Amino acid sequence: MKRTLMAAAVAMTVSLGAQAADVSPAVVYDMGGKFDKSFNEAVSKGVKRYADETGAEVKEFEPANDSQIEQGLRRMAKRGSNPVIAVGFNQAHALEKVATEFPDTHFAIIDMVVDKPNVESIVFKEHEGSFLVGALAAMASKTGKVGFVGGMDIGLIRKFECGYEQGAKFVNPGIEVFQNMTGSTPAAWNNPGKGGELAKSQFDRGADVVFAAAGGTGIGVYQAAKDEGKYAIGVDSNQNYLHPGTMLTSMVKSVDVAAYNTIKEVADGSWKPGVKVLGLAENGVSWAYDEYNKDLVTADMKAKMDSIQQDIISGKIKVHDYMSNNACE
Amino acid sequence: MSQPAGALPGWANKALLPALNIISAFLVTGIVFLMIGESPIEAAKIMLYGAFGYQEGFGYTLYYTTNFIFTGLAVAVAFHAGLFNIGGEGQAYIGGLGAGLACLALDAYLPAWILIPLAVVASALFGAAWAFLPGYLQARRGSHVVITTIMFNFLASSLMVYLLSHVLKDPGQMSSSSREFAEVAWLPFIHNMLAGMGISFDESPLNVSFFLALVCCVLVWLLIWRTRWGYELRTVGSNSTAAVYAGIKPAKVIIWVMCLSGALAGLVGVNEILGVQHRLLLDFSAGYGFVGIAVALMGRNHPVGIVLASLLFGALYQGGAELAFDMPNITRDMVVMIQGLIILFCGALEFMYRPLLVRLLSSKAA
Repeated sequence: MKRTLMAAAVAMTVSLGAQAADVSPAVVYDMGGKFDKSFNEAVSKGVKRYADETGAEVKEFEPANDSQIEQGLRRMAKRGSNPVIAVGFNQAHALEKVATEFPDTHFAIIDMVVDKPNVESIVFKEHEGSFLVGALAAMASKTGKVGFVGGMDIGLIRKFECGYEQGAKFVNPGIEVFQNMTGSTPAAWNNPGKGGELAKSQFDRGADVVFAAAGGTGIGVYQAAKDEGKYAIGVDSNQNYLHPGTMLTSMVKSVDVAAYNTIKEVADGSWKPGVKVLGLAENGVSWAYDEYNKDLVTADMKAKMDSIQQDIISGKIKVHDYMSNNACE
Repeated sequence: MSQPAGALPGWANKALLPALNIISAFLVTGIVFLMIGESPIEAAKIMLYGAFGYQEGFGYTLYYTTNFIFTGLAVAVAFHAGLFNIGGEGQAYIGGLGAGLACLALDAYLPAWILIPLAVVASALFGAAWAFLPGYLQARRGSHVVITTIMFNFLASSLMVYLLSHVLKDPGQMSSSSREFAEVAWLPFIHNMLAGMGISFDESPLNVSFFLALVCCVLVWLLIWRTRWGYELRTVGSNSTAAVYAGIKPAKVIIWVMCLSGALAGLVGVNEILGVQHRLLLDFSAGYGFVGIAVALMGRNHPVGIVLASLLFGALYQGGAELAFDMPNITRDMVVMIQGLIILFCGALEFMYRPLLVRLLSSKAA
């Protein structure tokens, strides 16, 4: 009996080892496309880094319509790709189906939870990162009014807004926070013209810092801030370099690191299904401080930011998550 | 339709000319492939294999074909009456809304054999209603149907956005789509039906609405060439003044033809919503309505031609997706370019080879 168990254990290690050897990652992007300067592009950077380091071949697919999402995921799994990364909440429905059909393939989905035994759901504590940039916005604001421009009006973006508002109020309880959503469809992720208009209307009402969590729409928001000599805060990737002197900071969501780590974990056998929540403590979200904005952030502000960050990680400051109860109390 | 002088035998006009046009389009595509450093032969192999070479791919090809048959027929019916219906996209979108509303409201109460026919009728009715207004405005007010149908596409899109983000949205999720219908409202997939008969076929979105599309082809053929209504329709299309003289009321014909055209486009909703997605979502019409115009043009507005042209475009869609899988240099935008070239050669440059052919064939005869 003992011997059989041993043999089984050995066999398992061997099979795991074999599995670990042939990692051939695949990515199915969101309909926004691979080169969107934001979310999808961050994922592609992460997998590219893995490919460059290991020489592994990464398969990629950009669906052109909704039925191609499912087709793409199934195709990748059928061809033996492992892991298969689904980018964006839109793929949850298709992934649920495909993950059931291919129980031996490792799947990962970013920004959404799919409850299957072979799916790793990667979600971020955007409220923590937004809290930090909200705090910095309040410190930098002279008018006591700050703005927020969201992309598509969904729970995820309200989560950014809610964290931002809490952060701003933490530093200055009397602060006024304006917020606008660009639209209620995916087109809202790519409407820089409207983003710029919304930002301008917030500046007209007295805001002097604006945070855009709006994908490609943000480009218009940053331009408006630059034109009017106000501050803007970037999102997802570190966008500080876009307009040095205007970009106060960026709320960085390490989608690239998450994608990279997923592949790496499958490769070394430490991959686990389930929900993986990445917050400040895990370096999943952060505020960007680099050569482009170090002149805007004084030593005093930096020190305050570091202490707030420590307090969030240690749990001394509790940041409310909008999506826990669909409300920003 | 005005045609250049010189007569061509029927087979040359119906088969040789379109074939030459398609070959030219593929030749130009091949040159572009060479320019970006990919082998055109290899690409053609991948596309052909992807579209026809294995069961799942073939299923996808026929699934796209189904949509194109519906929208192609819609354009063709209107075209025979001299109307250019550009609104297939919006009519398909709203047709899907009809099917979706029927399922969302009734899927808890009705058995499949009542619910599905009801939803099919609802999608045709909604599509027809969406085309009725442009038809009415054309017939009674003289507003040109090209302009109004284009505008109705935008209206359809805005209406669906509003409904799906505010009224029908499933609160439990982030994407703008309705809840999934209960399983009674799902059209049977072909692979499930074949499995029931003991034949194994790989999973694909192909469902019974493919047969509905073929039935529509037969019905449209019967209507246009074998009924009194079809005669009226063609008379109005070729000369509406003469039609009046023959006792036909063009205004009435225009309205019912537009409704019929809209109903056919609306049936895309049956394939997409009842057949594949099983929920209402944004942009499921994905341009099928516009491709339908090219399909009708290429198919010479005849049901047989439309089936063949739909198959070609279905194969392009599926084979194109396959190309994007297998050749990392080929993005989805390249696939759009191939489709564009085919539309350019078969639509805009349709008669490019005609004078040449006329000369060749007549000299041979002489």
